[in-house]
This record gives sequence, C-alpha cells and structure tokens, in this order.
Amino acid sequence: MTATTDIPTFEAARRRPGERRRSRIILTLLLSLFLVYSFVPLVYLVLSATKTNGDLFTTFGFGFGTNFNLWQNLSDLLARDNGIFMRWMFNSVLYSTAAGLGAAIFATAAGYAFAKFKFVGRKLLFALVLGAVMIPQTALVVPIFLLLALSGLSDNPLGVILPSMISPIGVYLMRVYIDQGVDDELLDAARLDGAGEFVIFRAIVLRLVAPGMVTVALLSFVGTWNNYFLPLIVLRSQAYQPITVGLATWYQLAQQGGGGGQVLFSIIITGALVSIIPVIVVFLLLQRFWQGGLTAGAIK
Amino acid sequence: MAMSNSPAAATRPARWGGFTSRKLAPYLFLAPFVLLFIAFIVAPLVYAFYMSLYRDTLVGGRHFAGAASYIKVAGDAKFWGGVWNLVLFGIVQVPIMLGLALLFAIVLDRGQVYAKGVFRLGFFLPYAVPSVISTIIWGYLYGPNFGPFTQIAKAFNLPPPDFLSPGAMIFSLANIVTWEYVGYNMVIYYAALMAIPSDLAEAARMDGASPWQFARLIQLPLLWPAILLTIIFSINGTLQLFNEPYLMRALAGNTINSSYTPNLYAYSLATQNQQYGYAAAVSFVLGIVIAGASYIFTLITNRRRPEQ
Repeated sequence: MTATTDIPTFEAARRRPGERRRSRIILTLLLSLFLVYSFVPLVYLVLSATKTNGDLFTTFGFGFGTNFNLWQNLSDLLARDNGIFMRWMFNSVLYSTAAGLGAAIFATAAGYAFAKFKFVGRKLLFALVLGAVMIPQTALVVPIFLLLALSGLSDNPLGVILPSMISPIGVYLMRVYIDQGVDDELLDAARLDGAGEFVIFRAIVLRLVAPGMVTVALLSFVGTWNNYFLPLIVLRSQAYQPITVGLATWYQLAQQGGGGGQVLFSIIITGALVSIIPVIVVFLLLQRFWQGGLTAGAIK
Repeated sequence: MAMSNSPAAATRPARWGGFTSRKLAPYLFLAPFVLLFIAFIVAPLVYAFYMSLYRDTLVGGRHFAGAASYIKVAGDAKFWGGVWNLVLFGIVQVPIMLGLALLFAIVLDRGQVYAKGVFRLGFFLPYAVPSVISTIIWGYLYGPNFGPFTQIAKAFNLPPPDFLSPGAMIFSLANIVTWEYVGYNMVIYYAALMAIPSDLAEAARMDGASPWQFARLIQLPLLWPAILLTIIFSINGTLQLFNEPYLMRALAGNTINSSYTPNLYAYSLATQNQQYGYAAAVSFVLGIVIAGASYIFTLITNRRRPEQ
C-alpha cells in the first residue's frame, strides 16, 4: 500500500509544481467539506451526550450545554431498567463474536474442501454457495422467523447466532485464498509424513490462511453487530435483545413521549455513543483486513 | 475449536490416516457449513414457500389456497407502492452515492490532496455506525423538537425546515443511506484502482493524455467490474430497505405507513396481522423482484460496456 506513494503519480509527473499545489489545495478543501458532513452527526452525538435532558432542548445542538453532564448520563444509562443496557451490550458482543468465530472456521473448512479436494457434487454445491451470495438477506428474515416459530426456537438467541454463522461470501473468499496461499506439495508432504487430514487442516492450513480468516470473522462480526431486522423479529424478550434492538425500542418509546419518555433522550444519545465505540475500535485496529475483504470482492 | 482432534492423531502411522480419510475429509470439512446452510437458508425457504400456499383466516383456520397469495401480491397496490417508493429512492440516491464514492476514490488514488489517510478513514467511519444508530442520530438532527437545523432557522426567524414531510422524507432517508455508504463504496473503488499497474499512468502521460482522459479512457473501463458490483449491491440494498424507514416511523408515522417499503410490509403482515402465509409470499416476490432487477441490470450493461 505504501509502495505506490513513492512512485511519482500520474498527476505529480505531469504538472508544474505551482499549478499542482493550487489544485491540491482546492481538492483538499472540497474533500474537507464532505469530511465535515461525515463527522457532523458524530460530533453532534458526542456533544449531546454531555448535556442534560433539559439542555438538549434549550442549548444549541452543535455547542456545549450549560453543564457537563456526561458522567451523570452514563450512570443514568447504566441504571435504567435495572441495568438492561449492559445486558444488551453483552448480548451484542456475544452474538457478534460467536458469529464471527463460527463463520470464519466454517467458511475456512468449506473453502478448503472446495479448493483442495475433488469430490462428488463439488461443482453443484459451489454453484449453490455462489447463488446464496445473491439471496437478499432480508427476504430470508420472515422465512427464518416462520420456521423458528414452528421449531420452538423463536425468542432463543440461537435463532440469531446460528443464521449469522453462515457466510457464503466467506466460503468464496476462503476458497480463493486457499487456492492461492496453500501449496499442494506442502499438503502432500504432510500426508507422506503420516499426518491425518484434520491435523493438516489445523496445523498447516489454519496457520497459512489466518489473515483471510480474520477478514471473514470481521465481516460477520460487524454484520451481526449492525443487524437489526433479524433479532427484532426473532427475539421478543428484552433480556435477549442486542444493543440495536434495545436502543431502538427506547427511541420509539421516547418519541411517543408518554411514561417519562422525554427523560430518555439524553440516555438514548449516551447509549448510542457507547454502543458505537466497540465497532469503531475493531475497525481501526483491523483496517488492513477490512480492505482485504472488500478488495477480493471487487477484483476477481 | 470445533475441528480439534486428539493429540494422538498426529503420531498415527500413514496407512491409518492417509487413504480412507482423504476421501471422506471434504465431506467432513463441508459438514458444519452445509448443515447450517440447510437449516437456515434452504429449510426456511422451503417452509415459507409451503406456508405461502396456505391461507390463514380468522374463522376458518388454515386451508390450502394454491397460488392465491401470489396472485394477490401481483395485484397488491400496497406491495407495489412500496417497490415504487424504493425505485424512486434508488434513482435519486444510488447515482449520487456511487458518483461521490468514485470521485473521492480517484482523487485519493492520485494523491492530489493533503492528509490522504485522514480522508480515507474519515469517509469510511460512518459505515462503522450501525444503521439503527445512524437513523437515531439523523432523526434527532432532523427533529422539530431540538434539532439543530430547526434551532438555526428559529434563530434567524425563518420557518424551520420540515425534513419529515411527505415530500421531503424520501430525501431525508436518502441522505442517511448516502452518509452510511459513500465510504464503503469508495473503499471498493480505491482497492480496484490500486490494482491498476502504475506504468499505465506513465504510458498515458507519455502519450499526452490529460488526467480527465486518463480517468475516462483507462481507469473507468478497468474499474467497470467493481462499479457493476457496487451497483448490484446498491440495487439489492435499496429494495431491502427496512431499518431506516422503520425507525423514522417513530418521528413521522403519517408519512411512513406500514407498507412504505416491501420489507416493512412483510414485517407488519407477519408480526401484527399474523398473516404468515401472505407475509411469506410477499418475501418471496420481493426476493424475485430483487434477483430480477439485478439480472436485468447485468444484461443491459453487458450489452453496452464502455470500450476498452
């Protein structure tokens, strides 16, 4: 990635220095406008999280309130409804982590089978996987809900976790990854040494394709963390709901206004801020893997 | 680790682990994925299809109705009204979103700006915010209660902008979606641009091509697969729109009714009206509409592909 910055770019080589600098400044300003747009809602969120409920109404939205109320808001948030907020956060972490790990392991195992073995039904099965990539996710939600209701798994966290572990795009990515990154001769050598197939998978393949697995885990983790439609329809008990569903319920309650709903505004805003921090941290730490996943989809 | 094995396996002699398990191995490696695939993709679709052939009535219970539900969807003004809303939405929103993403990717790829890394990360950051949270934040920004835009208008004695009126709602929703996904699409384009060999730029320069000609004649055709992919993703995502309008209903229940988008409609049929069979049929038809739209789009673009 850094290599390209050292090569004189098309632009750099063509124009004279003065002209180049002027266009640089203009383009930087233009992009800065959009950067402001990207950050406005987030800045608003941070500022609002420091205000009392009253200040939300009486002070300017893009300024500070009369009191710095962030700590009080946080403690109100954690106390609200017997601490249900932390429960929702915990559920989100649990579901997303389980989905990320499961998707990465299952997609790698399946991708390995497609990449390195010949077996009956290989082509047909892979075509099915590719077809599944194109199935609209939300068109599956109502059918999953109907089936879960039939099988008694409705209002069960497994009804959210298990479907989230299926990653057809992950199988595709891992197949390509293993095709390119794992040498057949290495596998055959291990077989000659007497290693069983599972040992080869665990000791050689998993190690070689770990970066690809992180990408698949990340895609599923973020997808599950952000998911709303599936948990909304599957999970009825508040105690099982993830943060997206919980906060949205508070939001709707506050908007209806009744039953102390108004007091909720500052709590919801603080909750929204707290809830996006884990994903942003994961994003920043694993940026490299993110790009890997998107790139593989774009090139091919 | 689901796949772990006893330590003894490593020391087994070749004859034991080698031949027979190599034939069996692919099936075992595929098993977890395939089982989940059957349980949560194939089975729900089969069961929902079965349900869609039956009809729930309050008095008579459930009885077989054949294709009646599908015939009903085909003529259901609420369903097609939702689809039409999203077609209008997509025509406005998708070109703006992808156009901006493409422009930013090209500018960042050429290194024509200062602080490139800040822009790349900053544009992408909204994608890390769950759409539910994005909608809540924008909802407050739009809101007539304490929304800053209302505050600004009032400070200047102007009429406050009504982002939630029936005419403005589609743009307010389009803005939320654009905010969320410009960075995501930009990263896809950016990655595809990085894969273009740098000596192409050099060759174009030697031939005296302008930066604009280089973008149009060389970069755009090479980016075409990535652009197609993002358009198909966007068509898919648009027709499935649910979270944003569902939450905006709390602010503007009169503007956004229960069939504003097809997914909202299926949701309310399944959860509020308990019309399971009909909800399933609506989901199926939506799936077909989405697949059909993607397919037709691919056909059209394959015919007139930019020259290389």
